[in-house]
Amino acid sequence: MENALLEIKGLKKAYGEHIVLDGLDLAVDRGEVVVVIGPSGCGKSTLLRCVNALEDIQGGEVRLNGEPVRRDGKNISQMRQKIGMVFQSYDLFPHKTILENILLAPTKVQKRPRPEAESEALELLARVGLAGRRDDYPRQLSGGQKQRVAIVRALIMHPEILLLDEITAALDPEMVHEVLQVVLGLARSGSTMLIVTHEMAFARAIADRVVFLEDGHIVEESREPKAFFDRPATDRARQFLRTFEY
Amino acid sequence: MRSLGLDVLWKGKNFLRLLGGLWVAVRISLISVAVSIALGLVLGVLVTGQSRVLKALFRVYLEIVRIMPQMVLLFVVYFGTTRVFGWDLSAELSAVIVFSFWGAAEMGDLVRGALISIPRIQYESAEALGLSAGQAYRYVILPQTVRRLIPLSINLITRMIKTTSLVMMIGMVEVLKVAQQIIEANRRTSPNAAFGLFAVVLLLYFAICWPISRLASYLEKRWA
Repeated sequence: MENALLEIKGLKKAYGEHIVLDGLDLAVDRGEVVVVIGPSGCGKSTLLRCVNALEDIQGGEVRLNGEPVRRDGKNISQMRQKIGMVFQSYDLFPHKTILENILLAPTKVQKRPRPEAESEALELLARVGLAGRRDDYPRQLSGGQKQRVAIVRALIMHPEILLLDEITAALDPEMVHEVLQVVLGLARSGSTMLIVTHEMAFARAIADRVVFLEDGHIVEESREPKAFFDRPATDRARQFLRTFEY
Repeated sequence: MRSLGLDVLWKGKNFLRLLGGLWVAVRISLISVAVSIALGLVLGVLVTGQSRVLKALFRVYLEIVRIMPQMVLLFVVYFGTTRVFGWDLSAELSAVIVFSFWGAAEMGDLVRGALISIPRIQYESAEALGLSAGQAYRYVILPQTVRRLIPLSINLITRMIKTTSLVMMIGMVEVLKVAQQIIEANRRTSPNAAFGLFAVVLLLYFAICWPISRLASYLEKRWA
């Protein structure tokens, strides 16, 4: 575990009396794709939001490359640039064109020269099949297209790890595929990802490791996702997976 | 059909006098709107902050403005305070004070509404990209706030322009009062002038407010 890219140790998160994450430990190695699954309200999204310090935490720590990620830390902007995040509801900036959405952070935060950032943005857009949409506004795009733009917006910062928070949960079923194809492509090219999803088939296909979370605890963890989905070791995981069968 | 009474309009300098009266109304509106926007922005940002005392005070202020008829406010300021406090307020300054008092409250509420209508996650997705709080406000939150604010505040501005017709009650000679004076002066020769002149006044208000309202719907569409 010494050389893990992301280390989460004893992470505690509570809203008042309500404990969401209760001393959670998890490490993600460089190049690894970890998929977190679990029932609604188990704390999976909160976990991701704690990793890039969008939430205050009540205990424990998150480290990236050994450096602490803290909400009140001086280097929080630098740390967040290394942690890309894509949200369930895309959350593009509605007043900016697709290209401006993608270029905001590289030009204003990283202060990269615009021509260089722009040519990378166009390359990435082409890679997700949206080359022609650079001057459109988010409202002109379908949900699946918006989500692909949100992925590009995160990728252009060259993050060391990507957090994907139920990125297909708000999409029409026929758009889920186009977004997941993009993520599969990223996994194949060696990106490190921590993914929260309800798409079990996708989790099975992409995961190097599956983490089953319930009530703020890791109930089961498996480096053999296929075996996990076919024969989970714990009763709780078995029950949970059964809810996806009809 | 009887005469519409429009002939009076071209007698002497009547039409120019009407335009002069319109300028008085527009001048009061312009100054009051400018003051209201400035104060309203400050108020709106303040009441979206943490302080409960500020929030409560603002609620009281807003309720007062909503409940009190503007005309009563005008009377209180122009006839009342000048006696009680012994200061010397011109009718125009009194009007600007009352309209700004009203406008700042409503504008503050519009700013507050626009600010809290920006979803929290917009701020978070900016933060997640590494933007500082200041950058998130500058590039993400404020541009969206202004876009929501402009159509709403234009509605307030046209209401303020229309309400300036009340200032004749404290002795100001604005467009409606000018019309009244012209009608009175020509009561014998053109008894129907009331129709023609008040209709012209309506058209003058329309000429001022319509472009503003068009601008609002244009911006609303463009920034939808």
